[in-house]
Amino acid sequence: MTKVLMSGNDAVVEGAIRAGIDCYFGYPITPQNEIIAGMAARLPGLGRAFLQSESELAAVSMVHGAAAAGKRAMTTSSSPGISLMQEGISYLSGTQLPAVIVNVQRGGPGLGNIAPAQGDYFQATRGGGNGDYHNIVLAPSSVQEMLDYTYEAFDLADQYRIPVMILTDGRLGQMMEPCELRDPYPRKKLVEKPWAVTGAKGRKQHFLCSLHLPPAELAEHNRALQKNYREIERKEARAEAHCTNDAEVVFVAYGACARLCREAGDILREEGLKVGLLRPITLWPFPAKKLQASLKKAKRIVVVEMSAGQLIQDVQLSNVDGLPIEFIGRMGGEAPSIKELVAFGRKLLQKPRRKLASQGKR
Amino acid sequence: MTQTEKKVFARTEVLTSQQTHYCPGCGHGIVHRLVAEALDHFGLREKTVCVAPVGCSVLAYKYLAIDMSEAAHGRAPAVATGVKRARPDLFVFTYQGDGDLAAIGTAEIVHAANRGENISVVFVNNAVYGMTGGQMAPTTMLGQKTTTSPAGRNLQSEGSPIKVAEMLSALDAPSYIARVTVDKPAAVRKAKQAILTAFQRQIDGKGFSLVEVLSPCPTYWRMPAAKAMSAIEDTMVKVFPLGVFKDKEAANGNQTA
Repeated sequence: MTKVLMSGNDAVVEGAIRAGIDCYFGYPITPQNEIIAGMAARLPGLGRAFLQSESELAAVSMVHGAAAAGKRAMTTSSSPGISLMQEGISYLSGTQLPAVIVNVQRGGPGLGNIAPAQGDYFQATRGGGNGDYHNIVLAPSSVQEMLDYTYEAFDLADQYRIPVMILTDGRLGQMMEPCELRDPYPRKKLVEKPWAVTGAKGRKQHFLCSLHLPPAELAEHNRALQKNYREIERKEARAEAHCTNDAEVVFVAYGACARLCREAGDILREEGLKVGLLRPITLWPFPAKKLQASLKKAKRIVVVEMSAGQLIQDVQLSNVDGLPIEFIGRMGGEAPSIKELVAFGRKLLQKPRRKLASQGKR
Repeated sequence: MTQTEKKVFARTEVLTSQQTHYCPGCGHGIVHRLVAEALDHFGLREKTVCVAPVGCSVLAYKYLAIDMSEAAHGRAPAVATGVKRARPDLFVFTYQGDGDLAAIGTAEIVHAANRGENISVVFVNNAVYGMTGGQMAPTTMLGQKTTTSPAGRNLQSEGSPIKVAEMLSALDAPSYIARVTVDKPAAVRKAKQAILTAFQRQIDGKGFSLVEVLSPCPTYWRMPAAKAMSAIEDTMVKVFPLGVFKDKEAANGNQTA
């Protein structure tokens, strides 16, 4: 096992290559350009396909073609580019094609800026394109997880025939950390893809589509999709609980914000205050049961996001026994400071009865 | 079969026996047949992936017994690129209409052509949106009445029809670009020859090829089928001249198949 210092974006490239990516298609956008450059530098030498597309619309459609042909395909982008990909993601979902899509989020709406943000949570978890669908959404909070989750995303995509999104941000993409390169990686058996379009050799034609004109047929197709989603909800919801067994205040945060909360919580623990962190790893399916289990001693929940409040809705929908939910949110590329989180937690635990105004700009 | 009997006509292997949903007098049926015959000619049925568009021919998979993938409206060249890059050993072509290729999918077709992507494109130009009910297409001719140009296409406000074959011929990479029609038997034979040439280019690894087929839409040209056929020569060919617009092999002194 070797440890290498690398950026989160480079870790995505490493994870994809180790997962056996066959085809990468992408379009430049900051702050994820190290991924497309890394793929361009490495894939051709490995005999795998790399192509810079003319747009994100085209990139995701190229992924569609490669996935339809049975190959492991991936694209990456950042918020405005991911918006353009929503068309293709809906088609991938309707056609039940496995694909991996990385969103290195930046500030929005519109062109916004290139600073880290978490404003695309709704788009990622609710299905940003048309129709009733979900994608599996994984939220790394370290460079190591950028690699590991990217690696795992390909298996999940193949297993459930579903697009898997890595929802991360410019902070995790750009920062460098030591990263373990496990070698060889634990390898699941590659899933057979008997449905792929490969030339109808000795068999009937395959037609991969999301079009089902008769309402009864489309209803049946949708029921099959929903059945798959329910299975994923049962089996794949994941979260990390940190010091929640006796926690009276439980931070709920994902990605970069979870790191801030973990550090703030540890500082408060040193002061003897019972603070913990519940970090959703899958944003869809949302780990509601894991959240509930982390709240045994909780008096308050504090949701921390780099957004106006999106993850907080899933917390509210998670049947948290009427616990008060506080919110700390920052937008536009800003993030709460650890000092601020510590002060907030301290205040909550020292005067638990007092009603506190939320500090977020909701 | 006795010795004096000779089989002169048969269903092609690629064409299914499914009755098409196309309107009477529509050109898609003829073009489907030509594509099927070309695939048969090269023995490609079992190594082909066709990317179907959004438009009247969205149901082409019912008529062509080959592997097919859907694409979002206009994105067929991008999906085909994905298939071809993933499996360069497969024969990959798109079948697209004018709204799909020349309006919403302009970026995708231009860049697939410009990359010299080793795919073939069958582009059916009938100068109107058929599936959505006869709206103005990028190839609708000046003065042509549609539901969204009820007074006829106007140069000042809507511009001229896009000449796809000419436009893409300005690019360096494409190997073969031709415009044909299917308004009479002789023209159909020429159209088949062009499709065979285009397919041959992909088989030979020569890169991008496109055949634009001028095709009648009696329903939304609002005329009887026979009149629509003659309107191609009387009107359409004057705007969209027939011919080979780009032929790299001929330019290189090689004989075209």
